[in-house]
Amino acid sequence: MSYETERNVDDVGPGFLSSETRVGEGILGYIIGLVLAALLTAASFAVVYTNLIWGPAIPAALVTLAVAQMGVHLVFFLHLTTAPDNTNNAMALAFGVLIVALIIGGSLWIMGHLNQNMMPTHQTMQMQR
Amino acid sequence: MSATETLPFTTAPSIDPYKLGHDGRRRRPDDGGAGRDYSTGHGEGGPASKHVIVAYGFWIFLLSDIVMFSAFFAAHAVLRSATAGGPSGHELFEPWSVAIETSCLLLSSFTCGLSTVAASVRNQLWTQFSLLVTGILGLAFLAFEARDFATMIASGAGPQRSAFLSSFFAVVGLHGLHVSAGLLWLGTMMAQVFVKGFRAVVMRRLLCFNLFWHVLDIIWIALFTIVYLMGEGL
Repeated sequence: MSYETERNVDDVGPGFLSSETRVGEGILGYIIGLVLAALLTAASFAVVYTNLIWGPAIPAALVTLAVAQMGVHLVFFLHLTTAPDNTNNAMALAFGVLIVALIIGGSLWIMGHLNQNMMPTHQTMQMQR
Repeated sequence: MSATETLPFTTAPSIDPYKLGHDGRRRRPDDGGAGRDYSTGHGEGGPASKHVIVAYGFWIFLLSDIVMFSAFFAAHAVLRSATAGGPSGHELFEPWSVAIETSCLLLSSFTCGLSTVAASVRNQLWTQFSLLVTGILGLAFLAFEARDFATMIASGAGPQRSAFLSSFFAVVGLHGLHVSAGLLWLGTMMAQVFVKGFRAVVMRRLLCFNLFWHVLDIIWIALFTIVYLMGEGL
């Protein structure tokens, strides 16, 4: 039978540096984040302003790169992890992402259908005469 | 060894291995007044420390702010082709200007992170310096954005020109307002760190400012991707 040793697991808020983090490690983390974010940003601009990627695939590539960069920011700048002490922060973020997806996805979905199904404006105006 | 025997320095197997329920055995490191005010608590260990509660509450606020931005993004996504015969994004946006703004904000996020490291070891000079650089980069960002807006409005592409431009100025302007408010906050924090030093309450405010500034950069990622780069392709 294994006995649990004192693990010192507390809840932490977002943005916390672990109290054991040394200055060098802390700075290194931010440098890694900066380099990754800069590469992803450069890739986003390259996708649009060069012909590297097939035209119709550009929006999908841009969204992928943006989501990846947001992940880099969350991990290296906001220090969000999947550790148990971060459960509350990650769950709050998941709920936020759900609402954002509902608002943006729902708006595009509904407005797209309205655009397809509504009569063009000039025809509506002719019927009103 | 029988299971009832108590061992020194070990605890019995817990049904709460990660101590999510705060079992009252919190560590209290002697961190030289670092501002981590661990709660003494009652009964089952009491509530989380104020440091954690403040950051978590501010995180919830930031998520609600992101939800508000998502409504502006949705409006822009719906209205982006409603140019009413006016100029489209492709004719208006200057890629190099967007690239400079992006670099300014990304670098400022980086220096803002360095200020956390400096503050964690109570280094007044480096904290102030990295916050100052953060502020200068933020100001540069705002200056370029203001220049973009002025150029567009001068060429007759103001917010009243088309639904596309209304939503463009709304979402980009809202982000600019956030950055302006963040700069005010940044100046206040520099003064507080200078005058009050690294006391607990100042450390909590610094932490919240850091979260705010990083989230502004995350929103800018969505902005330059959805508004500028995708607008370029249309």
